[in-house]
Amino acid sequence: MSLYFTKEHEWIKVEGDIATVGITDFAQSQLGDIVFVEVPEAGREVSQGGEAAVVESVKAASDVYAPVSGAVVEGNAALEADPSLVNTAPEGEGWFFKLRLSDNEQLNGLMNADQYKAFVDSQ
Amino acid sequence: MSDEKILPLDAWHRAKGARMVPFAGYQMPIQYEGIMAEHKWTRESAGLFDVSHMGQLIVAGDGAEKALESVLPADLSILKDGRLRYSLLLTQDGGIIDDLMVTRRGDHFYLVVNGATKEGDIAHLQASMPGVIIDHMKEQALLALQGPKAADALSRLAPGVEALTFMTGGMFEIAGVPAWISRSGYTGEDGFEISVQANDVEEVADLIAAQPEVKPIGLGARDSLRLEAGLPLYGHDLDTNTTPVEADLTFALSKRRREEGGFPGWHRIASELDKGSILKRVGLAVEGRQPVREGAMVVDGEGNEVGRVTSGGFSPSLEAAIAMAYVPAASAEAGNDITLAQRGKIFQARVVPMPFVPHKYHRKGAGK
Repeated sequence: MSLYFTKEHEWIKVEGDIATVGITDFAQSQLGDIVFVEVPEAGREVSQGGEAAVVESVKAASDVYAPVSGAVVEGNAALEADPSLVNTAPEGEGWFFKLRLSDNEQLNGLMNADQYKAFVDSQ
Repeated sequence: MSDEKILPLDAWHRAKGARMVPFAGYQMPIQYEGIMAEHKWTRESAGLFDVSHMGQLIVAGDGAEKALESVLPADLSILKDGRLRYSLLLTQDGGIIDDLMVTRRGDHFYLVVNGATKEGDIAHLQASMPGVIIDHMKEQALLALQGPKAADALSRLAPGVEALTFMTGGMFEIAGVPAWISRSGYTGEDGFEISVQANDVEEVADLIAAQPEVKPIGLGARDSLRLEAGLPLYGHDLDTNTTPVEADLTFALSKRRREEGGFPGWHRIASELDKGSILKRVGLAVEGRQPVREGAMVVDGEGNEVGRVTSGGFSPSLEAAIAMAYVPAASAEAGNDITLAQRGKIFQARVVPMPFVPHKYHRKGAGK
């Protein structure tokens, strides 16, 4: 298992060719109380940098971009009933979607945990 | 950092853990612990808001009453001492320049206007009311304490405030600090607005925030609270292109003034009162949980834009999406289905009466 991060404050956990995607604890704290999440359906093809999900806090709507390209294998259905999971467990139960990687090379451009922490501290 | 002005309580907010954002030309606290928790705390207990960005004005001198009646549609002849009234500054076309509170205080009037519009309001008043004294109280801060336990908390510090009824005010002291306190606010809850000198506001805020019922509340919850209360926000739900009839604020048009006129925009407003306006501000209950926000379109069956959402969000009290929108007057009746479009997605909504959450004002004769 490997963990990666993006400058858009997403995390990507890779196991084999399956990547689980969510937003970081820093991202959820910036967004505030999350009241709605729209995740992609299984089967949808998403491409790196393209819109993949929508997250709405009390304050504002934000797009979540696909950090890597691939075919969605599962959206987190639990977020429909309880969007606040993103606040309480952003890097656990509050995951957004899983996809089957189409280009492993894309992972090379992402940050590791230490790099991401340094990136957040510089913000 | 930025060009925004600093509130007298800036350091106080930061020490309380506020996240500061630019609003109305000031650095203001949008939230402390979180909008949802702050919203619910205000509905259940008491929230302390810093609204010192708002403009506090004194209008005085011979002829102040007549002069104010020339710019406002309010009947000030029946406004008793220590009473407040909601009113509007209007353009010659009946558009809304600002919404405000006007209070008769002895020999003068005290006005509270919006922060983002105060400079323009003052210029407008000076141009419209020559010979009348207009004093912008720049060294005055304004706090609001809102919620069902506001009277319990504040009466401990300023005995006697509990006897005020909704839309009345008077002079009090909080730990020796003179304070003009009125029973008013913009959340739909019972509560008070407290005007003190900027030099004293930190001491007063500390005393109020130390009461067990009270927590500081940011702008984020102020917005969701006023939306639930069906109260329009200037610059969003009201502007110079909306009239009081369109905005469903005809209660601000006093009976005598409707008949006599003599305020800006009267001809158009009288015509709209008679024949109705084309658009009307309504409350919408939106299906599902996804917020439909300011700027979303109201569309007809063919997808043509026929109106606009001017405020919208997630209601923490109702746990549902709610909005205010201008819709064709023919569709404005409660129960009508309305279609909205936001970022290419269609939402179904229904016109519902406002407020979305009942007002709990402490009205005269209502008892405790």
